[in-house]
Amino acid sequence: MIHLEIDGRAITARPGQTILEAAEGAGIRIPTLCHLKGLSPWGSCRICLVEIANWNGRLVPACATQVQEGMRVVATSPRLTELRRRVLELLFAERNHICAICVSSGHCELQDLACELGMEVVRVPYRFPGLALDASHGKFVYDPNRCVLCGRCVRACSEVEGAMTWGFSGRGIHTTVEPDLGGPWGSAETCTECGKCLEACPVGALVERGKATAEQEKEPQLLAQLTERRPRA
Amino acid sequence: MPKVKVATIWFSGCSGCHMSFLDLDERLVELAQKVDIVYSPVVDIKEFPDGVELTLVEGAVGNSDHREMLLEIRKKTKLLVAFGDCAVTGNVPSMRNPLPREEVLRSVYGEGEIPGLEEGEVPKLLPQALPLSMVVPVDGFIHGCPPPADRIWRFLQRLLSGESPTLVGEDLRFG
Repeated sequence: MIHLEIDGRAITARPGQTILEAAEGAGIRIPTLCHLKGLSPWGSCRICLVEIANWNGRLVPACATQVQEGMRVVATSPRLTELRRRVLELLFAERNHICAICVSSGHCELQDLACELGMEVVRVPYRFPGLALDASHGKFVYDPNRCVLCGRCVRACSEVEGAMTWGFSGRGIHTTVEPDLGGPWGSAETCTECGKCLEACPVGALVERGKATAEQEKEPQLLAQLTERRPRA
Repeated sequence: MPKVKVATIWFSGCSGCHMSFLDLDERLVELAQKVDIVYSPVVDIKEFPDGVELTLVEGAVGNSDHREMLLEIRKKTKLLVAFGDCAVTGNVPSMRNPLPREEVLRSVYGEGEIPGLEEGEVPKLLPQALPLSMVVPVDGFIHGCPPPADRIWRFLQRLLSGESPTLVGEDLRFG
């Protein structure tokens, strides 16, 4: 067993566990966004940043950092709240997140995080990008205006369904997720229409056709339920 | 005790936040004992007065009039509060922001003379509808589209009792 400290509490964890798993086991809440049980650790969104006190206060993503003997983790502090809030503000400013007209309003992890992290206002200028909605698929709709680039759809599609329809394209601020190397989702030959990407999506970017404001509920826990029943690739 | 001078104003929005304010219902009577509404769409006063203690601003900054008025309000108000999602984030009025201003106006008014394209009888439409905080410093935020009356009441009660009015938790939910 590995002995570590999280927020001053002595904790034991199994080797190979992440800081996030150890914290969850001890009932210590660390907010996450790109992390989803059942999918591989990603570490891209930086919402779960924690501080390692005996590594000179170095910041690491809790979801993608394994526990080490003697580690002293700070998971809750004003500095971390401020950093996580900044990250959240950048996510809100990057695309067009308009909760009032979103099908996922009230069931959205981004909206929940704004409440949890006390985000009163976005302090950076909004980008207001012009992104086209893809409603070419018979069952689902992809609205890149609401995408946070967490990659949960990409991982669900490749790791759980094995279809590899979704992938990233572009770099930096121009990054988007696309079905079948671009082109409309409706003509993506690899898509099996399983809907796992939709259940994994934490926001209103991937939704069912025909849903109106605040109607889209999701079951992201399905991904873990599926993967726990079979060995991971 | 002298009454607190309160103003409210409505920019690029739907007036829903003001409707929600009126949904305070019988609490408006209690509020009226503590505050004077010195300027608002619901009272008939033409000039924005000096020495206002609190102004609730609904709506995004969408045209040149909004911009000028907001700068004036900032000078004349102690506490300026973004009232509702449009004032806090831009919200629905900001949906035009990715599109060129002229294209938006033409799709509404068609060919020929277009009101709002240039300064005239109708104020000039700004290139983008912006949250208040991108134009002036803002002291407080009430989220919601519209903010529920209970949320407005919690904010006002805290403010009037001299506490920090900062809302937390579920009261920070957009939409």
